[in-house]
Amino acid sequence: MYEGPVQDLIDELGRLPGIGPKSAQRIAFHLLAAEPADVTRLQEVLQRVKEGVRFCDVCGNVSEEERCRICRDARRDPTVVCVVEEPKDVLAVERTREFKGRYHVLGGALDPLSGVGPDQLRIRELLARIGSEDVREVILATDPNTEGEATATYLVRMLRDFPGLSVTRLASGLPMGGDLEFADELTLGRALSGRRAV
Amino acid sequence: MYVRHLQVTDFRSWAHADVAFEPGPSVLVGANGQGKTNLVEALGYVATLGSHRVATDAPLVRHGASRAIVRTAVVNAGRELLVELEVTPGRSNRARVNRAPVPRPRDVLGILRTVLFAPEDLALVRGDPGERRGFLDELLVLRAPRFAGVRGDYERVLKQRSALLKSAGVARRAGRRGGEGTGEAGDIRTLDVWDGHLARHGAELLAARLDLVADLAPHVGAAYAGVAPESRPASIAYRSSLGGALPEGYGQPGGPRADVATLEAALLDELGRVRPQELERGVCLVGPHRDELDLVLGEAPAKGYASHGESWSFALALRLGSFELLRADGAEPVLVLDDVFAELDRRRRRSLAGVALGAEQVLVTAAVPEDVPEELVGARYEVRDGEVRRV
Ligand SMILES: Nc1ncnc2c1ncn2[C@@H]1O[C@H](COP(=O)(O)OP(=O)(O)O)[C@@H](O)[C@H]1O
Ligand SMILES: [Mg+2]
Ligand SMILES: [Zn+2]
Repeated sequence: MYEGPVQDLIDELGRLPGIGPKSAQRIAFHLLAAEPADVTRLQEVLQRVKEGVRFCDVCGNVSEEERCRICRDARRDPTVVCVVEEPKDVLAVERTREFKGRYHVLGGALDPLSGVGPDQLRIRELLARIGSEDVREVILATDPNTEGEATATYLVRMLRDFPGLSVTRLASGLPMGGDLEFADELTLGRALSGRRAV
Repeated sequence: MYVRHLQVTDFRSWAHADVAFEPGPSVLVGANGQGKTNLVEALGYVATLGSHRVATDAPLVRHGASRAIVRTAVVNAGRELLVELEVTPGRSNRARVNRAPVPRPRDVLGILRTVLFAPEDLALVRGDPGERRGFLDELLVLRAPRFAGVRGDYERVLKQRSALLKSAGVARRAGRRGGEGTGEAGDIRTLDVWDGHLARHGAELLAARLDLVADLAPHVGAAYAGVAPESRPASIAYRSSLGGALPEGYGQPGGPRADVATLEAALLDELGRVRPQELERGVCLVGPHRDELDLVLGEAPAKGYASHGESWSFALALRLGSFELLRADGAEPVLVLDDVFAELDRRRRRSLAGVALGAEQVLVTAAVPEDVPEELVGARYEVRDGEVRRV
């Protein structure tokens, strides 16, 4: 244990995803030794994202305004909605350049171990959107792992009741057990164009 | 197949070890605690991504080191592959094949196949059902590596579903006491989804285990008769948590092959039937994680009834049966006999030596050379003071 603020900093860093106690310590001491200007810059960026960046009212993606760039873009096809778990998955799908529709970001996947059920995800918002907008196809692009598959199955059940709506799932071929964001553009692009009705 | 070369760094007691092997029998001799088992454990790790002695990776890394490395050159039908594993506790391992990184450590499964018999195997007979399920699943993966994934998926779904049963049960009881019962409706709706996934992955695992037991049973019976001809006959049988809902003949030699879709439907039915109890108790009551491999001697279960000698013979028969099955599949495994001859009487030694001699490669460890039947003393290695020397 270090004294006061140093330990506080290590603790805070250690709470970030993917950062263990050792890394937290290393980053903390790096910051302690860094130029004040560098630290100030980091501080300002952190402040700016918390104040300036928000989530899109429509799709839940990160956005600087009420509606994100994609939801504002009139060239994007509003009749096709691609459902993903996280904002980073929007980026992954965008990189493929295969998709011209809009997105819906759930904010995670069904994960009882972490206490995440349907009410903790933006599922109600998705259903409302489909009920009010002219959506004809929903592409389920949750991660190809246990939680993502369960979420997709759950959504299939919920979306069954919308007449005329086609629900599709990414074609298999994505590395199973993985994360959408780790799939390369080519594989993900192929999975997207080869999607099947479910 | 055979192991041509083993090299370890910071594995168990070994800062470094480098051993060349040949086909046929090899014997590692050394006093207790010199690190013989540690070496064959490293080979077992390459074959199964697990240790036959411990459930976690931390004890495999040498005290004070942060990661262990195991490298081994395996020759299969004239073709040599170099497998390298870096074991870092608390993080995912890294693996390379012929110096090229593979996406997942799982991808090395199938390159080296070992059947390892060790004193710990007594637990196969005397231990909890989990030991025997583990035995079956390990053999399943040796037979077809893709089952590592099937089992992994099943375990993940099982964990998630169990967590949900717990929270749904809690919400339900709170609701009954007049509270809001918040979340229960959502929990129940998603429980259907988890049931479906549990049944799907569970059926795949269950079908594979049933077929495995049907194929393995004759080999185990024969191996037991070979090591203990004076004893009552030994048999094995798969007992499913599906009970009477398991189709007739499944898992039995000569019976029908298990059909995944049939088992999926049966599991789903059964899950529906036991749901109230599951919610009450917050545990998952149906599925291959509740199953058992029954070991029977004559008419009586081996567990609790078999003598010490019979238990040993049964454990040995399970391993020799596995060896013969893999061989019959056309995948000759490396046989590893860790410190087992001292435990066996002369007849059993002879009988084990007879099987071992037929193996393409057999690695034996012993404290003193006298423990090893003469015919098995091929290449001899002395293990002492942190060194392995061919003598
Ligand atoms: N992680 C470890 N780091 C250092 N030494 C270890 C480690 N694990 C086991 N050992 C040592 O290895 C020795 C046992 O080696 P083992 O291979 O079981 O011996 P044997 O030759 O009797 O088969 C013991 O002395 C034990 O302390
Ligand atoms: Mg030993
Ligand atoms: Zn948006």
